[in-house]
Amino acid sequence: MEHVKCECGHVNPHGTAFCESCGKPLADLGEKPLLDMRYEGSARRSQTYKKTMIDQIWAFFSSVKVGVALIVITLIASVIGTIFPQQMYIPPNADPAEYYKQQYGWAGKLYYELGFNNLYGSWWYILLIALIGVSLVICSLDRVIPLYRALKRQGVKRHPRFLERQRLFGVSHVSDLDKTMAVLKERLAKRRYHVREEDGHLLAEKGRFSRWGPYVNHIGLIIFLIGAMLRSVPGMYIDRVMWIPEGETKEIPGTNGRYFLKSEKFIFETYEKGKDNEVFNAAIDRVGNGMIAKNYQTNVVLYKRVGPVIPGAKPKLEKVKEYPIRVNEPLEFDHYALYQVDFRLNEPKAMSFQLADKQSGKTFGTVTVDLYDPKESYNLGHGYRVELLSYFPDFEFDEDGNPSTKSRVPNNPAFVFKMYAPDRPKGEVSFVAIQQTIEPFGNNKYKMAFAGLQTRNVSGLTVRRDFTLWILGVGGAIFMIGLIQGMYWNHRRIWVQRVNGELWIAAHTNKNWFGLKNELRRLLDGTGVMMPADQLENEKKAGQGGQAHGTA
Amino acid sequence: MKKQQRLVMRTVILLVLLAAIGYTIYTNFFTEKTAVAVGSTAPDFVLTDLKGHEHRLSDYRGKGVFLNFWGTWCKPCEREMPYMNELYPIYKKQGVEILAVNVGEPKLSVEKFAERFGLTFPIVIDRQDQVLNAYNVGPLPTTFLIDKNGEVKQIITGTMTKDDIQRHLESIKP
Repeated sequence: MEHVKCECGHVNPHGTAFCESCGKPLADLGEKPLLDMRYEGSARRSQTYKKTMIDQIWAFFSSVKVGVALIVITLIASVIGTIFPQQMYIPPNADPAEYYKQQYGWAGKLYYELGFNNLYGSWWYILLIALIGVSLVICSLDRVIPLYRALKRQGVKRHPRFLERQRLFGVSHVSDLDKTMAVLKERLAKRRYHVREEDGHLLAEKGRFSRWGPYVNHIGLIIFLIGAMLRSVPGMYIDRVMWIPEGETKEIPGTNGRYFLKSEKFIFETYEKGKDNEVFNAAIDRVGNGMIAKNYQTNVVLYKRVGPVIPGAKPKLEKVKEYPIRVNEPLEFDHYALYQVDFRLNEPKAMSFQLADKQSGKTFGTVTVDLYDPKESYNLGHGYRVELLSYFPDFEFDEDGNPSTKSRVPNNPAFVFKMYAPDRPKGEVSFVAIQQTIEPFGNNKYKMAFAGLQTRNVSGLTVRRDFTLWILGVGGAIFMIGLIQGMYWNHRRIWVQRVNGELWIAAHTNKNWFGLKNELRRLLDGTGVMMPADQLENEKKAGQGGQAHGTA
Repeated sequence: MKKQQRLVMRTVILLVLLAAIGYTIYTNFFTEKTAVAVGSTAPDFVLTDLKGHEHRLSDYRGKGVFLNFWGTWCKPCEREMPYMNELYPIYKKQGVEILAVNVGEPKLSVEKFAERFGLTFPIVIDRQDQVLNAYNVGPLPTTFLIDKNGEVKQIITGTMTKDDIQRHLESIKP
């Protein structure tokens, strides 16, 4: 590829639309009256070199069309992802393959089979986002560098053909060129234009930094994407769920066994009439007394493990602090934050039974079975004794019709007791489930009568640690700066030149032509210089006029 | 000369971008499944078995360890238990231990289960899910094959046939 030497002596890269220095159109523009000022007519690299594979890949990603297509595809996919709930929001014990089919029919089945159930974490979605990132980087590089070069090298004196092909262009005859030029120069400087002078020609420019707005904006986006990418680096981002019942001490997941949490109490409060401020009465009446949640709170104690971390070993714990975790008031420690996000009220903890004579109803003592760690044998004295033969926390009959358990959570506890009494030394077996008693070996004399259920509340907490948040913040801030930079400032340029004893004025702005025209009007007021004409508008008018004529 | 530079520059930028994407995809889809990767040292732990004996993984250095996570409600776990039980005495003599970690169920349930199948290998209970967390075990059963140097050789999720188990036990003989 060869460089192109303009008649002004400036050497331009191949592919340049008009000379970087003097603005003389290099390519044959034919009848086109106006210059395309985008990217200052500079040679976008990707458009000019397509020899190697690398260049072809580069050219592909540098296309704005490709970028827009990627964004549109991602948007459509994201929309589809909201049609049915994502997998993380379906009940945790449900089989997704079954769940989607059951709930949403064939559409749900298709949804699951195409992988939309876990869309935002799927490899192709992440790949799409990554490709948008690549497109951003390459599009920006491919444009900002030539643009910077072109703006830096622009000469003050422009070729007349550059001037007459600007949208705002006018030719005036003034009596004293020198004086008019001086007045204009002073007025331009007053309007905070940066004025350069060369051989009696003027180039006034302001707001050039607005041209960098989109690229600053892209840098912000790229930093944002890097932040999002870093979330997958181990240790940078932790988002775990922790269920903790009242009274229990558990390891906090995601802390590698270094921190433990004890839940003292879970508190659920509602708005009640009479107890709360009167202003709430109307709302309470509308929704119902005790129906509006007021507070979800878990009172916890945070412990730190001292000594080496060996999973399973009884940890030596050191109290760090007590804290009431409430919604939006997380417990914060060591860059971790524990949020109150969920709860389960009245989870079964222990069940009590009385050993009773079925006939007389006489009782011989109470047995309390811990549903999480039941004892095997319960001695009631006076020769009465109960043994727990089997325990099914989440009872069901399996395929073979045998009693079994579905999980380790006591959702539906069932027990096989063997009851010993002085008159039944061999014992009687009784199968006890909720609302149901089976005596597998015939009629028993004794029974285990339900005597009460101890419950406790369970708090659902989210464990969060995020070292990427500040990166996302910085990226977001830069994004906004770029946006403001590009939106609220315009890059305006005014060329004033003497051509054959006439005063030529041309002006260009990257946006807000209305503002530029107003500024020019004020600038030229009383100088005897004619207001430059808007060639684009004239052309449009002419076109419309012609059309109207044609149809009439 | 300049063209050469440009090509190098473009290649470098594309490679950097490709590396970033590759890394993201890799960490998201190929490393998340377990915290303990094949080839890494199996995290140490201490748990107590049904008889009250403490088992510390690092005490088994020099022997292969067949570490099986299971629950009594899990039918696939139940199916492979008898095979493990059958092969246990044979491979114990050859320096491979079977250690079954129950995922925090009541001792009573585990005892009854062990009685029902006459299990002879040590069964430990992970009451607080600490070992489960450390190994990031998802579905049950999950089995870690650990060699004599304490290195994880293989991670198997799902039920195994007797042949599978034998092959796996064979693979971690010291």
